[in-house]
Amino acid sequence: MSNEKTRILVVDDEEIVRESLGGWLEKDGYSVSSAPDGRAAVERLKAEKWNVLLVDLKMPGMDGLQVLEEARKLQPDAAAVIMTAYATVDTAVSAMKLGAFDYLVKPFDPEELSLMMQKIVTQQALVRENAVLRRALKKEHRFRDFVSKSPAMQKVFDLAQVAARSNSTILVLGESGSGKEVLARAIHAESQRAEGPFVAVNCAALTETLLESELFGHEKGAFTGAIARRKGKFEAAHGGTLFLDEVGDVSPKLQLDLLRVLEDRRFHRVGGTEPIDVDVRIIAATNRDLKKAVADGSFREELFYRLNVIPITLPPLRDRKEDIPLLVETFLERLGVEMKKPLEGISTEAMAALMSHDWPGNVRELRNVLERGAVVATGSIIQLADMGLTRSAVAPAAAREPGTLEEMERRHIAEVLTHTGGNVSQAARVLGIDRVTLYNKMRKYQIRKDGGEDDAAPHGS
Amino acid sequence: MIEHLRLHVGRAFGRPVQTWNGKARPMEAYDARRKQWYSTRILRWLLEAGPGRGKVLALTDQDLFIPILTFVFGEAQLDGGAAVVSTARLLDPAAAGDRRVVMERLAKESVHELGHAFGLVHCGTPGCVMGRSASVRDVDLKRGDLCPDCRTRLAERDGKGSGA
Repeated sequence: MSNEKTRILVVDDEEIVRESLGGWLEKDGYSVSSAPDGRAAVERLKAEKWNVLLVDLKMPGMDGLQVLEEARKLQPDAAAVIMTAYATVDTAVSAMKLGAFDYLVKPFDPEELSLMMQKIVTQQALVRENAVLRRALKKEHRFRDFVSKSPAMQKVFDLAQVAARSNSTILVLGESGSGKEVLARAIHAESQRAEGPFVAVNCAALTETLLESELFGHEKGAFTGAIARRKGKFEAAHGGTLFLDEVGDVSPKLQLDLLRVLEDRRFHRVGGTEPIDVDVRIIAATNRDLKKAVADGSFREELFYRLNVIPITLPPLRDRKEDIPLLVETFLERLGVEMKKPLEGISTEAMAALMSHDWPGNVRELRNVLERGAVVATGSIIQLADMGLTRSAVAPAAAREPGTLEEMERRHIAEVLTHTGGNVSQAARVLGIDRVTLYNKMRKYQIRKDGGEDDAAPHGS
Repeated sequence: MIEHLRLHVGRAFGRPVQTWNGKARPMEAYDARRKQWYSTRILRWLLEAGPGRGKVLALTDQDLFIPILTFVFGEAQLDGGAAVVSTARLLDPAAAGDRRVVMERLAKESVHELGHAFGLVHCGTPGCVMGRSASVRDVDLKRGDLCPDCRTRLAERDGKGSGA
């Protein structure tokens, strides 16, 4: 029998039981150890990996159900079997509720024990096989940090893979939160420039003057406050990739400057006269319709053509809802590691709610919803209520305590951002202000893109 | 019956087999409440009060148990000196009148338990006598001898054991 790898822990206060059960199981080729009480069992669960736990129900001190509860937390994959001298419906129900594989009434019929062990070994082999297949499957649906099985995303992956090998400028299009920066990073990592730097600039977050000096750097004394010479992002990205996020929001003057750099691969620092040559691969991104912007004259046509060499459009999450379960699984895996919390999944109701949500904030919004759920959830399964998805239930501002004008502004901005799922452009439109102003207000009030308090940058994928 | 068993076991392990009939019985192994004999205690007794050489196989018609199980067909010390097999559970009603069937089952379980005493664990090869038998049906499905894999394992361990 191929039981060599199956490790069994027998937990019973009676030595005679530990010995006779251990001896019987060893003859099947299992590796068997024993613990004389609950406390010792928990120690062994902390120290080593077990496949099967045979736990006596009644023990002095910590009883079998308590051991089972600890085992669910420490080693949820181990199959736990409760042994009892006389089965009552209550104990059996409690054991099964706590996730026991089965329970056995002492003394066991040899055939019953034999069949149960076979069932456990077979089931665990299937679980292992399933995990291997899932990993293989996920690999197929993966492009760096992206997971997807939707045909539209597969096309994106294929195109990105090919584009990564070239040095051409790439224009990533897609709604806010659809993963434009994650794709840019993936392309960089797949490219020959992977060893070089990846530098990201959010073009909408800065005023024209600041963005200019951010991109090109400045010489000492170039403007008030330029107390020292400073390198810009173009120089910082030399030998690597420069990611220009929200490039559609760049002012007409800077559009011209960018066009020059893209054409000549050289530029001047602000206030400088010496031309600087750079070897940089540009990946630009925007959620604006650049063709429309060209048509209405707000975006330079030549710059559009310079950027639009390899356009890659990321589909919004609502158009690839089949990816939601895969994304949930991936995010929970990562969140589980980050938060050091075992996260097994989400409830059926929670999944149904995720599937029917419209996701204006796309994958970033999904991740934020799951992160909130993971924080709030008390068990390893996230429930619908944990995720706080029912945004429509948020009380209208009027119903709340009146506050200062600033306080009302802060609240209103946060609410609008929550409503747009972190889409800043959309939020700015709703608020009737430009994006730079909105970004400034977000910084002032320390509001995150998703409307939450600013403590950590939101992740997208 | 004993003679048949002696030949069968001798053939299975390729070793000389002697029979021994002691008068003493391991009374401390009897559990009056269960009305069964605790096989592990019998094994301990065999090592102390038995003939004292090679591997010892005890045969009994009394019902055997280990505390965690309702009964056992037999027990042996893994890679140890003693084994015991009982006919009590091998006589199911269908075979009660057929001495040949019971004989065959006893021979299989004797080789099986002695196999443990020679250090063999349960074998997954279909039909091998070292396969786990938890019911009489399992016993009937097995052949009476060791599969080639178990023979190889036994040969590898050879030199350690003596006669049975």
